[in-house]
Amino acid sequence: MEKGASHSMTPSELKIDKTPDGALLTLAGEWRLGNAIPSPDGLLAGLGAAEKGQRLAFESGKLQGWDSGLLVFLAKLFDICRRNGVTVDGSGLPAGVRKLIDLASPEKQRSGVTHGGEHPSFLVRVADTALAQVKGGREVLAFIGEATLAFYKMLRGKADFRRMDLIVTIQETGAQALPIVTLISLLVGMILAFIASIQLKMFGAQIYVADVVGIGIVRVMGAIMTGIIMSGRTGAAFAAQLGTMQVNEEIDALETLGFSPVEFLVLPRMLALMLMMPLLCVYSDLMGVLGGMVVGVGMLDLGVMEYVHESKAALNLTHLLVGLFHSFVFGILVAVAGCLRGLQCERSASAVGYAATSAVVTGIVCIVVATALITLSCQVLGI
Amino acid sequence: MNMPAEESRSGKDAVIEVRGLEMSYGSFVLMRDLNFTINRGDIFIIMGGSGCGKSTLLKMLVGLKRPARGEILYDGVSYWESEPEVQERLKRRFGILFQSGALWSSMTLAENVALPLEQYTTLPPGQIRELVSFKLSLVGLGGFEDFYPSEISGGMKKRAGLARAMALDPDLLFFDEPSAGLDPISARLLDDLIIELSESLGTTVVVVTHELASIFAIGTNSVFLDPDVKTMTGAGDPKRLLKESPDPKVINFLTRGEGAQQR
Ligand SMILES: Nc1ncnc2c1ncn2[C@@H]1O[C@H](COP(=O)(O)OP(=O)(O)O)[C@@H](O)[C@H]1O
Ligand SMILES: [Mg+2]
Repeated sequence: MEKGASHSMTPSELKIDKTPDGALLTLAGEWRLGNAIPSPDGLLAGLGAAEKGQRLAFESGKLQGWDSGLLVFLAKLFDICRRNGVTVDGSGLPAGVRKLIDLASPEKQRSGVTHGGEHPSFLVRVADTALAQVKGGREVLAFIGEATLAFYKMLRGKADFRRMDLIVTIQETGAQALPIVTLISLLVGMILAFIASIQLKMFGAQIYVADVVGIGIVRVMGAIMTGIIMSGRTGAAFAAQLGTMQVNEEIDALETLGFSPVEFLVLPRMLALMLMMPLLCVYSDLMGVLGGMVVGVGMLDLGVMEYVHESKAALNLTHLLVGLFHSFVFGILVAVAGCLRGLQCERSASAVGYAATSAVVTGIVCIVVATALITLSCQVLGI
Repeated sequence: MNMPAEESRSGKDAVIEVRGLEMSYGSFVLMRDLNFTINRGDIFIIMGGSGCGKSTLLKMLVGLKRPARGEILYDGVSYWESEPEVQERLKRRFGILFQSGALWSSMTLAENVALPLEQYTTLPPGQIRELVSFKLSLVGLGGFEDFYPSEISGGMKKRAGLARAMALDPDLLFFDEPSAGLDPISARLLDDLIIELSESLGTTVVVVTHELASIFAIGTNSVFLDPDVKTMTGAGDPKRLLKESPDPKVINFLTRGEGAQQR
């Protein structure tokens, strides 16, 4: 509709007459959007024609033009008639109008549509959400169980997966992750040293920066950093890979051939991360200590040998093993989160994006919770 | 493929029997009271409008989704009542071509076809390679062994999927909309291939499709699913169905909505 067209439009006219068996509606003028169009509410009631068994007929010989404005008016009117049991005789309407109204009639809509029905009440929604959480939790447990069984089968040499998949995943999760691990670990090492030095300088105890950085990095920070990096890098990639396979029915194809997706797809990914995370963690430890040393030597006037010596004295095997244990656990968690979200993916492209995001969130939450539990256990056990 | 072709064509023994099947997603019932039999050597068509549940029915027939009610018998054995080992053995008789081909994207075509062979046979690698090349040539993809799925066209993906579905010489082949997304010539070639396979190997074929040309060209038996009444409203040879079905919706479908006058 053109702007300002209403100025030149003939106004819409509506005349309603009582007939022996109901009412006759005469439409004239232009029934277009932008023109004043009467409301169908109460139109028939005034005449006493809104009762069961009455008939509504139309006369549209003087109708000069129409668009969706008329259609919406008629659709509403027909709906009122239907509810009141009034028969509609549309033969007096233009053929185009009749066809379009017919297409939009309730009988023509897809049957069995379940969405958009009644809006459930607040309590129902709370209950639904709670039940969904329980179901989600059960799925996670079942998945962990399946993964454990698959791992056990592998130990007995009976699991089906392609060695090639394992090798490719090791390469992707290992060597190719080195640049980002280097960058983050160096910087975090430097930041730690910098913050520690501000406090320690006040007591002239700069040399202890080496202790703070060494123990902090080796015991937890190295493992947490690699864990979070791998969750964003690899966990998301796993979810996207498996999600895409789900969308393309590739997982169905595996299942129909009798392969277990958990053995075939999850196991090599889990193994790869279990092997590579501790290695990456050791590398990250080295880089973190190096970062600390850069600050120590560059800003605090410590000697290189002095720093190395102090670090050596501060660290022992226990610190390293605790760090490695963290990273081993994180490897499992990141792989499980990524693969679980990928396998749960629904069949659409946007679902793949959601799976990837959700894998990262799940992975990081699991890492932080696991760190808290391990730290607490170490505290209690006095390690 | 355990049956010689002559016997399987003439004999009318049931391979799959569907009894009182009900399909649903959650509380939303798609279809109920499905009862039909697929005989050995049939090319069985599952037809119906988009979204009426054809793919879901196919998933149930291959054991990927559990029916809400009713049972599916293979040679008299109920799939969902069987032990997992029996289910595995049954599954090994199925070859499935998914709607999009569903090739494993991280493997070459040859590896895709070889995987089921490596899994279920003890053939030496050399022989597997020969078999794989042969299966790929059967579907016209000889020479494409080292291509990845992302490097071939949609029609080729379907044919490669078919080569994989046939890897283990299944005696039941399932197709989900094999001609969707193919040009008319490729679709026709695929139809010919299906008939060829069914006749020469005695394979029983189940096809989900709404291509009328395919339905009449290859179908020997069929069911029609009607989403309005949520059950099947027609069964039998599609050509006979066109002449004899009392249901106007079936006729409409089989004549592209041109109605009974066309008969
Ligand atoms: N995973 C699912 N969850 C819920 N509903 C589904 C799912 N898959 C399919 N449906 C519903 O089931 C109906 C039938 O789907 P489908 O079997 O794919 O139909 P067809 O193959 O006949 O086009 C669709 O209308 C869809 O709404
Ligand atoms: Mg489908």
